[in-house]
Amino acid sequence: MEKIYSDNLEKGKSITARPETVQFLLGFSKSLHIVKYQNFRFENNLN
Amino acid sequence: MTQQIEDSVLVSNYISGDEKALEVLINRHNQRISSFIYSKVLDRDVTEDIFQDTFIKVIKTLKKGSYSEEGKFLPWVMRIAHNLIIDHFRKNKRMPMFEGSDDFNIFSVIGDDKPNAEKQLIQDQITADLQHLIEELPDDQKEVLVMRIYKDMSFKEISENTGVSINTALGRMRYALINLRKIIDKNNIVLTN
Repeated sequence: MEKIYSDNLEKGKSITARPETVQFLLGFSKSLHIVKYQNFRFENNLN
Repeated sequence: MTQQIEDSVLVSNYISGDEKALEVLINRHNQRISSFIYSKVLDRDVTEDIFQDTFIKVIKTLKKGSYSEEGKFLPWVMRIAHNLIIDHFRKNKRMPMFEGSDDFNIFSVIGDDKPNAEKQLIQDQITADLQHLIEELPDDQKEVLVMRIYKDMSFKEISENTGVSINTALGRMRYALINLRKIIDKNNIVLTN
């Protein structure tokens, strides 16, 4: 019997972002400090 | 049985300063968003980048207080991811990417002395902040400062252009810098890389 080749099997793949990426985002959030001045919002990264 | 905390509550907690709430939100929607991005770009590394950029935008919007809660956190994040995917394809179309093979990578030979991504991000932020601050100056001081710094004009050219004496132009520049420093100090704005 012939094999049926489905197109683009990769598209159905379920993945998650790496733990390092998530840790980076959490660290970024902790370091982000917003300064409000009149109508402006200044972003500071406090390392 | 533990009840799952709703996204709207987590968002509200996060805005109030609870960093743990962000972790819960990211982990809760990680698979959904990553899979969505991957289904479009079909590249693991690009997926990571877009996922990261998506949540950087989310974090900035929430912290700036620009998010209005309508019970649609996930659709909002998906929309951000969707727009970043479009940006990715537009950028790739303009400049096709070359990747070295496993045997030889040209970048092991050529150096790159440009600032790294973090420094560039900080530099862009500083430039944008500075432009906002300059807008706050009185018109005459702003005019001189812009001509001197951004247009690289001499004070002689500035005085001819604005119709004042060189001394007046110098004085306006001096006051512009004094006023900028005052605003920066008063609001504890960090403008160093």
